[in-house]
Amino acid sequence: MGESKDSVAEERPKWDNKVQYLLTCIGFAVGIGNVWRFPYLCQIYGGGAFLIPYLIALVFEGLPLLYLELAIGQRLRKSSIGVWTSISPMLGGVGIASMVVSFLVAMFYNTIIAWVLWYFFNSFQNPLPWSQCPLNESKTAYNTECEKSTPVNYFWYRETLNITPDIESSGSLQWWMVLCLATAWSVIYICFIKGMESFGKAVYVTATFPYLVLTIFLIRGLTLPGATDGLVYLFTPDWEILKNPQVWLDAATQIFFSLSVAFGGLISFSSYNAERNDCERDALVVGITNSATSLYASIPIFSILGFKATTAFNNCRQENILTLTNHFDISDQNITLENYDKWFNYLNLTHPGDMSTLPLKVCDLQNFLDQSASGTGLAFIIFTEAVLEMPGSQAWAILFFVMLFSLGLSSMFGNIEGVITPLRELKLVPKWVPHEVLSGIVCLLSFLIGLIFTLGSGNYWVEVFNGYVGSVPLLIVAFFEIIGVIYVHGMKKFSEDIYFMTGRKPNIYWKACWMVISPTMLLVVLIAYVAIQATKYPTYPAWNPDYELFPETEMKPYPDWVFGIIVLLIVMPVISIPLVGLYNLICCGIKKSSVKASPNPYNNEAFEIETEEQKKQRV
Amino acid sequence: MLSPINLVSLVKKRQFFIMLFLLQYEWNRNEKFFFQAAIAYAMSIHLKQEFSVSDVLVCNETPRVSFWFVVTSPANPLLLIDKANVEMAVRKSRNRINSALLLSDTTMEFVGAMPTLAAPVIPATPPWLIVFGVVIGLTAAGIVFLLVSTVVQKKRKKNQKADEEDDDEEERVKTVENGSRSDGVYNASFSDDEPNTQM
Repeated sequence: MGESKDSVAEERPKWDNKVQYLLTCIGFAVGIGNVWRFPYLCQIYGGGAFLIPYLIALVFEGLPLLYLELAIGQRLRKSSIGVWTSISPMLGGVGIASMVVSFLVAMFYNTIIAWVLWYFFNSFQNPLPWSQCPLNESKTAYNTECEKSTPVNYFWYRETLNITPDIESSGSLQWWMVLCLATAWSVIYICFIKGMESFGKAVYVTATFPYLVLTIFLIRGLTLPGATDGLVYLFTPDWEILKNPQVWLDAATQIFFSLSVAFGGLISFSSYNAERNDCERDALVVGITNSATSLYASIPIFSILGFKATTAFNNCRQENILTLTNHFDISDQNITLENYDKWFNYLNLTHPGDMSTLPLKVCDLQNFLDQSASGTGLAFIIFTEAVLEMPGSQAWAILFFVMLFSLGLSSMFGNIEGVITPLRELKLVPKWVPHEVLSGIVCLLSFLIGLIFTLGSGNYWVEVFNGYVGSVPLLIVAFFEIIGVIYVHGMKKFSEDIYFMTGRKPNIYWKACWMVISPTMLLVVLIAYVAIQATKYPTYPAWNPDYELFPETEMKPYPDWVFGIIVLLIVMPVISIPLVGLYNLICCGIKKSSVKASPNPYNNEAFEIETEEQKKQRV
Repeated sequence: MLSPINLVSLVKKRQFFIMLFLLQYEWNRNEKFFFQAAIAYAMSIHLKQEFSVSDVLVCNETPRVSFWFVVTSPANPLLLIDKANVEMAVRKSRNRINSALLLSDTTMEFVGAMPTLAAPVIPATPPWLIVFGVVIGLTAAGIVFLLVSTVVQKKRKKNQKADEEDDDEEERVKTVENGSRSDGVYNASFSDDEPNTQM
């Protein structure tokens, strides 16, 4: 028995050391969302006040789910499909659902990495290509689309995406995007080529480099003028916002998606651990580091946004000064930014008629600070614009995009791991296929299907995937995970497992969360999320140069066939849960007898009684 | 003979109004001289004649720093160069005039002239392709290297295994065939017993 156990342990890869394991889990959890979603939520939900629902969600939902996944993976020593099949063959569908979701998310997430790479490639020029408008065809004026919006918007929507006016017009493959996507998948392949041996080494860099860059940006950001305005704006708490249920919902979903649970990747990673490893401490480390990183990232982001708002405010006033100086023939530089207000009031009193005819802009710092964005808008529009104003723009742009690339890459490791290892366990792939070939096939297949996102309408499809694949199916999978472990596997058995691994039984906090609080929270979040999505017909912002209110985005409803695809994307991963359950029910007879008949190789009843007696003896 | 009114209107037609803004220096006679020299330089390049500083006449200066100027022909001081030519000259050398006065297109305005659009420099190969080429080249080289090294390692392992199996077989064969004393440890107790068993 001992010998066969050793041979099984030899086949399963192991982490080189604890640090590698922790860095991989942290890298998986900490992704681009920590940088471009959390600060945005902080901003729109009353700054410091948002931290309260966020931390409550972390404590009662995030950490219990994380601990559960790490513990069950480490105990059963299999990836997501193996774990759920071991607990009960009826739950095998949960593992398949995780795998499908991981695959779908991997495809669109790598497109975002391809966009980051494109911006990275374009940062090696002076001047930066998003700093000026190109000329139109007759070279007499600037390109009209660019003139109406801004050079930064034009570079993102036209030169990067070459976006079509709506999701129905697909456009053609954008060759430069195809090249960037190919590069992104090649880098993933080279990191995954030998499985854990290769990405385990890569993770030392990809998981730590973002912290270095964030620190550099923190120091640079805090020394920029206007940084304090941005920070004050971010952290000023608006306690009234806590009465809005949407805030609590967003906090719960943010924690959930931020920790990357229910993807199956975390189960795989912890299954490579030694059997007796303190997974409780690991879960706390990963969970708290993830939230701390979000907070840490929002400081440089908001310093830089504050700087951008201040610069825009000053430019606005400078234009007004020029208009006033020209009109009233005032000596150059008599009106400055400092005495602008005094001059403005004086001129209003002495020449009210003239002043009303002048095309003066209204410059309000609060307005500029209110310009918020999350996601791609933050990274590719707002941040790139801010970088233009900083001395040494190229260096800052390069650093920023390498950081985003690194964050995305380490998250992709978890996604791909959640696809490849379950494939092996499903025994769909014959054993003689080496790891290099399998990961090559997965990468190639994902690249080919992912070419959808390089079409003209690609960005709209990324939003569809992001909004629907990466949300409801994960909530459903997580709900079944927690029910599966606590109620099917049994709280008693699970406590024994944890006692075996960590040397102590889970305390009342964990038990209360797992049995009652977390499932209830998950269910409430799921129902609320679906309800909110179902009440309004889904729309999307389209970039349409022919729109009357251009450069504002036009809100268009999804056409029916896209709506059908959305429903398909939500149903496809989760359909395997009832399907596998039904299949097992039909082919294996009555549910209860079949479950008790198949012995669980990892839980011998005798062993359990023994440990209880041993414990009594010790006491 | 041109009447004074006609002369004025003629001059006005050829005049250029210019406004300067955000000067980094004080506007005085020397700066004005610098400006005149820059315009003379632009005119020389465009019309391929030798203009000198005295051919550029500045008038109506205001503390806003704006003024009118006209350009006279070097050959005949009474002949004014028409606006179109001056405009073309200024547009051609706008970059040099701007940098001479430490100003830009937004801070120095030639009122009435078509704005020169600084055409963005388009290099022969887009720079991003170069960076892309470097990155994809390194990645491809890495992939090829790792794949080849894996194949080589596997071949070595196969050879090693084949060698080990051969060795095992040989050893087994040896013990079956030879069974001589040299392969085992001689058990001395058996030989001690021999004299005793001779009963």
